Amino acid sequence: MSLLSVRGLRKSYGALKVTDDLDLEVTEGELHAIIGPNGAGKSTLIAQLSGQAGSDAGSVRFAGAEMMGRPMPARVRAGMSRSFQITSILPGFTVLQNVATAVQAHSGSSFRFFAPVARDADLNAQALEALSRVGLADRAQTRAGSLSHGEKRALELAIALATRPRLLLLDEPLAGTSGAEAERLVQVMAGLKGQVTLVLIEHDMDAVFALADRVSVLVYGRIIATGTPDQVRADPAVRAAYLGDA
Amino acid sequence: MTRWLMRRRVAAWLIFGGFAALPLIAALTGDPYLVVVATRILAFAMAALALDLILGYGGMVSFGHAAYLGIGAYAVAILSRAGITDLGAHLGAAVIAGAAFALVTGAISLRTRGIYFIMITLAFAQMAYFFFVSLSAYGGDDGVTLTTRSTVLGQDWLADDRVLYYAALAMLLGLYLLCVAITGSRFGRVLTGARENPLRMQAVGFTPFRFQLTAFVISGAMTAIAGVILANQASFVSPSYMNWHRSGELVVMVVLGGIGNLLGAIAGATLALLLEEWLALFTEHWRLIFGTLLILVVLFSRDGLTGLFKGRGK
Repeated sequence: MSLLSVRGLRKSYGALKVTDDLDLEVTEGELHAIIGPNGAGKSTLIAQLSGQAGSDAGSVRFAGAEMMGRPMPARVRAGMSRSFQITSILPGFTVLQNVATAVQAHSGSSFRFFAPVARDADLNAQALEALSRVGLADRAQTRAGSLSHGEKRALELAIALATRPRLLLLDEPLAGTSGAEAERLVQVMAGLKGQVTLVLIEHDMDAVFALADRVSVLVYGRIIATGTPDQVRADPAVRAAYLGDA
Repeated sequence: MTRWLMRRRVAAWLIFGGFAALPLIAALTGDPYLVVVATRILAFAMAALALDLILGYGGMVSFGHAAYLGIGAYAVAILSRAGITDLGAHLGAAVIAGAAFALVTGAISLRTRGIYFIMITLAFAQMAYFFFVSLSAYGGDDGVTLTTRSTVLGQDWLADDRVLYYAALAMLLGLYLLCVAITGSRFGRVLTGARENPLRMQAVGFTPFRFQLTAFVISGAMTAIAGVILANQASFVSPSYMNWHRSGELVVMVVLGGIGNLLGAIAGATLALLLEEWLALFTEHWRLIFGTLLILVVLFSRDGLTGLFKGRGK
């Protein structure tokens, strides 16, 4: 069953069609990777799906509900969460506070003015659990801004997980990470498979082919092929357009 | 973190203890004028505190907060003229009017960021200023002199400068505790998060605008309370309370004391007004010296006065 169903999605910047009549089906529980050359419109697609950027036309149905026209916070509350290609955290907050803030967005009203949030045991416990899943629990009291790059990427993943998403849109989670850091993040993502539906944009082909259940290839704003990693690798159109050897 | 909280508690006791003891000192030194000056300081401390809530925690640099001082002051003038002198009514009207003005202007201003936000809040405050300048029923540019201070339970207790002073101190303490609670609450965390990274807050499901506007309204209402005290202290209300210089002074107080820790705003307001009184004894060009001091503080301690007590690094 499709958790996310995209039909005829379009977006242009002037004459440039960044997303061009794009269709995409993401099945509940799968890890669906989207690959494509630079400038194919991958990050724009994530921005459109998450509601950060508007769309000119088309339909984005998530869990049976139309998401078009809904702003990003509403889509997150519906269960679509995302990470950013360029790390986006709250640098002045501690690691724990970063994640607890995300938990807070999904448990009870935040228009509470008196009870001290730092001593909210429920928020902190859920935040720590999300941190454990990405292996950052021992860094909980560190200021987020002083984490290493790889740790920041892991933190961002924990923040996204703390929103209890049904669908996680990951925009190049491995960008800029070292070999060891990337390996750890791949393990984390492998651990998430089956628990949450994932859409993964990634340049690291080893990671994509190791993790993905299905792969879609995006070229000039269109999906030119979708299939298992093996099918996609063997697809002549894909080889010509992207994987390089014709 | 906890050491910082301990220090803040000690500093709070020192500041409020000092204020509480001040009338005694004034009585001992036989200088009743001190209480009058200190009441003015308390009023500005409230306003600076309110500004710090949105500037320090919310990242919203309002350059129009003097408007709320004026709104509070005119609430006293207008109700008194109508024969309503009760302090509770004055405070209630000031809070409602301040909140309403903040709600409308904030909802529009918050569509902008950075320098545009500064300019639009300034523009709204100037509109309020010129409205009261042209309000001839209340003296226009010249303002109105209040014949009596606000009354409590029909009694003119506040006519005594010391009673007014302690009433103002109690309000400042109440507002300070309110701000401590707000900034440490769920709401406060979202407000601070939206200052740190609004996109991140949206991406976890928050709409920052709602939280920022709420804080803006709370701040406006608090500043209007300061205006009520100011009107009572001076027994005089005029549009000069809303002058944009005044808004600038409030920002200076917050920066001088150190933004984003509440007590700094109170200390900054105190220091700024004391310097004004003291330096003016020596020279009419006291602003020159004051400006130099402000530059030095900003250059050498980004956290203002509080930076002196915080120690290095974090």
